[in-house]
Amino acid sequence: MLSPTTATDSERTPMATSTTAPDADRRESRAGSPARGPARRPRGPRRSLLPYLLLAPAVVLELAIHVIPMVVGVWMSLLELTQFHIRDWSTAPFVGWENYRATLDLNSAAGKELLHSFWITLAYSLLSVGFAWLLGISAAVVLQRPFRGRAILRALFLTPYALPVYAAVITWSFLLQRDTGLVNHVLVDQLGLLGERPFWLIGDNSFWSLLVVSVWRNWPFAFLCLMAGLQNVPGELYEAAAIDGAGFWRRLRSVTLPMLRPVNLVLLLVLFLWTFNDFNTPFVLFGGSAPEQADLISIHIYRSSFKTWDFGSGSAMSVALLLFLLVVSAAYLLITNRRRDDHA
Amino acid sequence: MRETAGERWGRRIVLTLLTLFAVIPLYVMVTSAAKPLQDVQNGFTWWPSRPTLQPFVDMWSTVPLARYLVNSLVVSSIAAVCSVAVAIFAAFAVSRYRFRGRGVFSVTVLSTQMFPGILFLLPLFLIYVNLGNATGIELYASRTGLVITYLTFSLPFSIWMLVGYFDSIPRGLDEAAQVDGAGPLRTLFQVILPAAVPGVVAVTVYAFMTAWGEVLFASVMTDEGSRTLAVGLQGYSTQFNVYWNQIMAASLVVSIPVVVGFLALQRYFVAGLTAGAVK
Repeated sequence: MLSPTTATDSERTPMATSTTAPDADRRESRAGSPARGPARRPRGPRRSLLPYLLLAPAVVLELAIHVIPMVVGVWMSLLELTQFHIRDWSTAPFVGWENYRATLDLNSAAGKELLHSFWITLAYSLLSVGFAWLLGISAAVVLQRPFRGRAILRALFLTPYALPVYAAVITWSFLLQRDTGLVNHVLVDQLGLLGERPFWLIGDNSFWSLLVVSVWRNWPFAFLCLMAGLQNVPGELYEAAAIDGAGFWRRLRSVTLPMLRPVNLVLLLVLFLWTFNDFNTPFVLFGGSAPEQADLISIHIYRSSFKTWDFGSGSAMSVALLLFLLVVSAAYLLITNRRRDDHA
Repeated sequence: MRETAGERWGRRIVLTLLTLFAVIPLYVMVTSAAKPLQDVQNGFTWWPSRPTLQPFVDMWSTVPLARYLVNSLVVSSIAAVCSVAVAIFAAFAVSRYRFRGRGVFSVTVLSTQMFPGILFLLPLFLIYVNLGNATGIELYASRTGLVITYLTFSLPFSIWMLVGYFDSIPRGLDEAAQVDGAGPLRTLFQVILPAAVPGVVAVTVYAFMTAWGEVLFASVMTDEGSRTLAVGLQGYSTQFNVYWNQIMAASLVVSIPVVVGFLALQRYFVAGLTAGAVK
């Protein structure tokens, strides 16, 4: 969204500032804090180009793989880009909002399916982020003080996140097999909790299976971030709290959580966006498709695009998804920023 | 500060539960890789009835695993090296220069990381296919196309982490080099990079892991010849048999390099995350 500005900026500014840059540089290094401003001796107009030259490869790649496809995607969403026009999309007729109207019309079958998928995805993201955060904070807190074996536990906890996603998820699909999986073996054969062997990868259970796999995979990331955040909490704060007679929960509420607030703000948003866009987990867990009860939005768009080769409506759904996530992110950042201002 | 008895038991219980949750799937992966086929076909066993390394031999012939492995290795290594090279220059600019568009660049690059992959997939697929038809440049179903795609996937986070590492290197070092007459690039290569080696290695491993584990684009942008592990591992489920022991063996083999790399460098990932989060 913002990238076109970067592009024009980096094309425009070198020329616009080339005559004024040395001057601006000197002013900045005098005004800026001495610790941050590097002592640069501008030797000529060429100097001010350097940062842009250094950025150029990154900007070109970002433009080619992210920005241009995004613009093309928006354009595609306005075309009747069905299987007849895929090979040569210049022949695809322009249909305006037709794709949006067709896919987002909640009275049509396609619209109902999309809405269903949206609710599933929302529930999945909120639950997955919540549990991943809960496990992450628990692990970070109990591993805060040193003890023997702490390094081993930390490595074990991080391993699910370090595994390639397909290896991790394929292992879970083995665990969840009805006849040969560990889950049914323990629940039915060993503990005798259930009489019938349930199916975990089809039907109503599939949503919960997906959720457990996602939490297993994501909580180490929350743990890693929260562990990094806890390293910045000064030990004196805990000692002061302990002297004041604060117990475990009180210290957690009054010291740990407030100090982790900046980490949490970013972490929760990032995890939410990742899980909301999650494609890998259902794709590998259910072997290329997903049962209706676990039909996450990414896989829904993927399947409806490649099943019918209707890229026009697929793009329309993708753009709508992006807009929704942008609105949610913006609202989240606005609310959390306002709250920080209130506290200050 | 002493730990109360309640806290100690609470800690033990939490640690036990978390360890079980984290470890059981890993345990199943490792033990099932050493099971004969009948152990994974008729019910579940906690321990192989007759431990064997046969799955590690058979897995190469059931599917062309070696080809998938080479494809993944080539694509991930080239993508990682290129991504880090590009990121080093960009991070140097962001860390050491104040220029117009700096803030916009950082925010934009990082936010593309958060966008849904499916949004890029359909247009990129069409662009690659049409570009191939029009110019003969084969990006669709080729390893080149995958390399270019994957290297941008790891780029945002690589830049972000490297800016954190570079910022932590005292500017006094740059200034000393400049006094000695070193230009910006010599400062970067002879002063900053040597001081940031652990960070650069950590970021390279991260970029490699990103490409190694990517599924969505691999499932669409590859054919039989360019297929990577992410898609290839699904080939063990045939119409007649699911070779779970071989799947687990193959999963174990493809996981070990990235898990070892990640765990060996975890300290630096934490440092990179903290450096970035402080700002």
